[in-house]
Amino acid sequence: MTDAPLFDKILIANRGEIACRVIRTARRMGIGTVAVHSDADRHALHVEMADEAVHIGPPAAAQSYLVIDRILEAIRQTGAQAVHPGYGFLSENPRFAEALDAAGVAFIGPPKGAIEAMGDKITSKKIAAEAGVSTVPGYMGLIEDADEAARIAGEIGYPVMIKASAGGGGKGMRIAWNEAEAREGFQSSKNEAASSFGDDRIFIEKFVTQPRHIEIQVLADEHGQCIYLGERECSIQRRNQKVIEEAPSPFLDAETRKRMGEQACALAQAVGYTSAGTVEFIVDGQKNFYFLEMNTRLQVEHPVTELITGVDLVEQMIRVAAGEPLAITQDDVRLDGWAIESRLYAEDPYRNFLPSTGRLTRYRPPEEHVTDTAIVRNDTGVYEGGEISMFYDPMIAKLCTWAPTRVEAIEGMRQALDRFEVEGIGHNLPFLSAVMDHPRFVKGDITTAFIAEEYPDGFAGAEIDAEQLRHVAAAAAAMFRVDEIRRARISGRLGNHERTVGTDWVVAVGDTLFETRIHADREGATVEIDGATHRVASDWTPGTPLAVLQIDDETLALKVQPIVSGFRIRTRGADLRVNVWTPKQAELARHMPVKEAADTSKLLLCPMPGLLVKLDVAAGDEVQEGQPLCTVEAMKMENILRAERKGVVAKINAAPGDSLAVDEVIMEFE
Amino acid sequence: MKDILVELEERRAQARAGGGARRVDGQHGKGKLTARERIELLLDEGSFEEYDMFVRHRCHEFGMQAHTYPGDGVVTGWGTINGRMVYVFSQDFTVLGGSVSETHAAKICKVMDMAMQNGAPVIGMNDSGGARIQEGVDSLAAYGEVFQRNIEGSGVIPQISMIMGPCAGGAVYSPAMTDFIFMVKDSSYMFVTGPDVVKTVTNEHVTAEELGGASTHTRKSSVADAAFENDLEAIAEVRRLVDFLPLNNREKPPVRPFFDDPERVEPSLDTLVPDNPNLPYDMKELILKVADEGDFFEIQEDFARNIVTGFIRLEGQTVGVVANQPMVLAGVLDIDSSRKAARFVRFCDCFEIPLLTFVDVPGFLPGTGQEYGGVIKHGAKLLFAYGEATVPKVTVITRKAYGGAYVVMAAKHLRADVNYAWPTSEIAVMGAKGAVEILHRGDLGDPEKIEAHTQEYDDRFANPFVAAERGFIDEVIQPRSTRRRVARAFAALRTKRRSMPWKKHDNIPL
Repeated sequence: MTDAPLFDKILIANRGEIACRVIRTARRMGIGTVAVHSDADRHALHVEMADEAVHIGPPAAAQSYLVIDRILEAIRQTGAQAVHPGYGFLSENPRFAEALDAAGVAFIGPPKGAIEAMGDKITSKKIAAEAGVSTVPGYMGLIEDADEAARIAGEIGYPVMIKASAGGGGKGMRIAWNEAEAREGFQSSKNEAASSFGDDRIFIEKFVTQPRHIEIQVLADEHGQCIYLGERECSIQRRNQKVIEEAPSPFLDAETRKRMGEQACALAQAVGYTSAGTVEFIVDGQKNFYFLEMNTRLQVEHPVTELITGVDLVEQMIRVAAGEPLAITQDDVRLDGWAIESRLYAEDPYRNFLPSTGRLTRYRPPEEHVTDTAIVRNDTGVYEGGEISMFYDPMIAKLCTWAPTRVEAIEGMRQALDRFEVEGIGHNLPFLSAVMDHPRFVKGDITTAFIAEEYPDGFAGAEIDAEQLRHVAAAAAAMFRVDEIRRARISGRLGNHERTVGTDWVVAVGDTLFETRIHADREGATVEIDGATHRVASDWTPGTPLAVLQIDDETLALKVQPIVSGFRIRTRGADLRVNVWTPKQAELARHMPVKEAADTSKLLLCPMPGLLVKLDVAAGDEVQEGQPLCTVEAMKMENILRAERKGVVAKINAAPGDSLAVDEVIMEFE
Repeated sequence: MKDILVELEERRAQARAGGGARRVDGQHGKGKLTARERIELLLDEGSFEEYDMFVRHRCHEFGMQAHTYPGDGVVTGWGTINGRMVYVFSQDFTVLGGSVSETHAAKICKVMDMAMQNGAPVIGMNDSGGARIQEGVDSLAAYGEVFQRNIEGSGVIPQISMIMGPCAGGAVYSPAMTDFIFMVKDSSYMFVTGPDVVKTVTNEHVTAEELGGASTHTRKSSVADAAFENDLEAIAEVRRLVDFLPLNNREKPPVRPFFDDPERVEPSLDTLVPDNPNLPYDMKELILKVADEGDFFEIQEDFARNIVTGFIRLEGQTVGVVANQPMVLAGVLDIDSSRKAARFVRFCDCFEIPLLTFVDVPGFLPGTGQEYGGVIKHGAKLLFAYGEATVPKVTVITRKAYGGAYVVMAAKHLRADVNYAWPTSEIAVMGAKGAVEILHRGDLGDPEKIEAHTQEYDDRFANPFVAAERGFIDEVIQPRSTRRRVARAFAALRTKRRSMPWKKHDNIPL
């Protein structure tokens, strides 16, 4: 190998965090970088970071990031010798790989043939089976009658899923745990399929219980070498959108890992794969694993693999694309420690994870650092003062922590999430924190149904436990008193008649009251709460939005925002209104009326910022429950807003083409 | 001796009992605190010195001699807020409905006189059914005495009114002449004539809440400066406000220890103004990022939201902020926003509070509604207020500063001390489109020519440099360094001395 860079210049046909992440590695390797950007990304971080930037069109991806000709033009303009496609957009488009090939530009990814072979679900499954990869057992042929169904089910092994070929939305689908159920399920599926779809063809496959999503990272060169870099578990998903990933999986053993890895490599070699790729498996409760699909690109969650293997996957991809042989052999691959990734989405968890757009008025990620016992890494594509637009994927950062053990990596993630400051848009930080404290996640007892099972009605904020609440109360009392002491030091006081700030404070969190007594000293304060004492040490000063406190032997990071007589405190996924009252205030607070929230049932409020694209009703129209009222486009998604109940439209306040803010009144009902 | 001491304590206990346990329970049942409880929360613990606890009315009409209470329905005295002296009166609704008698008003007048003499603010907590009808004209005369003191005290000591129950009829005019009115949501209302009279005279059906509740007065009438959820929060917020205000017009605004670096740089402000000049942005983000610790006490938040007014601190010292709000009506000046800002500017000038103005104004709102409403004279109020203000004045133009509105918003020509502009500023007589339509009327049919003219105009005028070349702008600054630049500007103005020519008083276009 020579010291000269493999390429003089590469173009990154992507945006956001992944473009930034590729640029970082390229820069380290001494390779020049070219960013491409749409109108909406003119001031984006990847544009700032790259050596050169080329404008490729209007905001909509279909007119910019997805247009092959625009990318080719940018290559011509800049003389880039290779293209990294990131993930999404053109990364798995064989025509793009082909066009680059034709232009004599290296594609930092697999060959076109491999993309095509793995791009089709049926073909890929067939190739996988032929390569000796374990696939979900099933019978794709036509099944005549219940007897045959029972025989096939017996061969596959229970439980099985009996599905209508034409099925969808759960219709014509049955799960059978034994022969009797298989016979009965066959008949009822067939009947239902016939009536629902007019097509009564039925097939049977293995029903995977307690399914986990576990994937193998592979890396292959042009010289016939292929290695696997362990697995990633991505079972924490919300509606097929991955939220939290980790490596290794808390579930696999070395033997299963080896078998999965070897099968993944066998598949890669069967299709002549080069570069980094991922083979996804579904794994059941007995560690049986079945091939799902192969992703022929760098995965979003690749950093967790990098953190436990020490391999820079982007660097490897660039080297492979330049024709270098892999310098790492399978024997060199060591899995060290544990890594977790949390995806920060611009989605409001309190509004059923609706996309949120707007200006990032505050964006302060936790400090990135690397030590022998802990790593915090944040891959991001945004910055404070930047705009989260409605045009692209709502993922804005990937926060990763590494530590020698899973328990420590989780604790590192909790601390990092609590220190991540994001304001101006809705985001899922509280939800991520809640998962980190969830007993099932902590135990590693997870499946792909985790979120659906544990948060069936959505997310309304985490409940923090009683001990933590006392710590929050102690912290709030200590902080509030510091601020009161400052207030009492204002100029213009009546000499010798200054205010003495008291030691007794009542902290109210909802209906829970904590009576505290604070003994302040030079290093901090001792806070008595109902007889017990807590030691609170912190260098927090009034007005600081992030308070890091040492309470007894726990480190607590709180996002603190002043409210009337207290603070709004966010920590560990909870969002608390904490009042700190004098005993007198607390005594009188009980006379304060409890007010009900304003009645908005007669209003249609815009649930997310977006563009009103269509109105389906007019003033005076009678509407039925569930009837579409209008369509709001946000984050490329058309959201149909429907009537919650029967009523008559009294007034419409917006017109198609209007940009709407959250909670803007679109229409009023009588 | 001992007997006398016992008697004193008994008499005190009787006075403190107000209208008795049953009425106190009634007050609590309405979610309201008693007059004394309110004072206890308002003032530093143990600092209240009460006066006139034993005052009783002297009315003998309508059998009133049988209904006397020590204190006569109002608790008065002084105490401290964070160690600074304030005078207070708090009407006691449990005693004869807090009605105002000759003696009740005399108690209020006594503390107002002391406040004037000693230079300390007056905070009035209003919870009164109105004039004590049995006293007839004596009660009206008493109101008049209070009014006269409100007037004489105006501009000498800060006067704050809290409306914490009914406040109707003539009673409204005392708060109306104070500097700030704060209401409690759902438990207070103010009107000149109540719903019954309204119904009789105009046949309008309206509830007390609709006619004069907190929402009405903070959103529609602008009579109130803010409304709070309950007594507890209202009182806590008034304590917070008092920390921003000087005690009287001869003192500098207060300074308190601060924990925010005056040199703090905010790179995110560089992207606050969007590329597209027609897109709005939230001016409050600028205010919060410039202020010490992001602490902003907003005045009239819910009224004329196209202009923002309120108090912040810089290096610990109070500064009044006036800012156009592009989020609402593009930040245009109109009748309501001019009136709102003018009154705020005059308050700051009265009490030596420096003024910081953030400008993004496309001009005055056109239309018959505005002209018939007298926008000429209302707009002139703001112009007048800025021009007569002799306190330190620092102005930062962030984007548009068009036409007469440019001058109104504390331009150099109104003796502003330091005028800064962001590079995104456009200081011109009007926007390019309007200007070209006037300058090149002949080319209106030719879109290409119009576009060229527009570009030419934009290149020439859509920037801060034409104004900077003339010295109307002292310096074009980086948005990110606004806090540092503004803080240093005010630091340099601490010793500013400037006065207007002697006059009895000015004749602002009211």
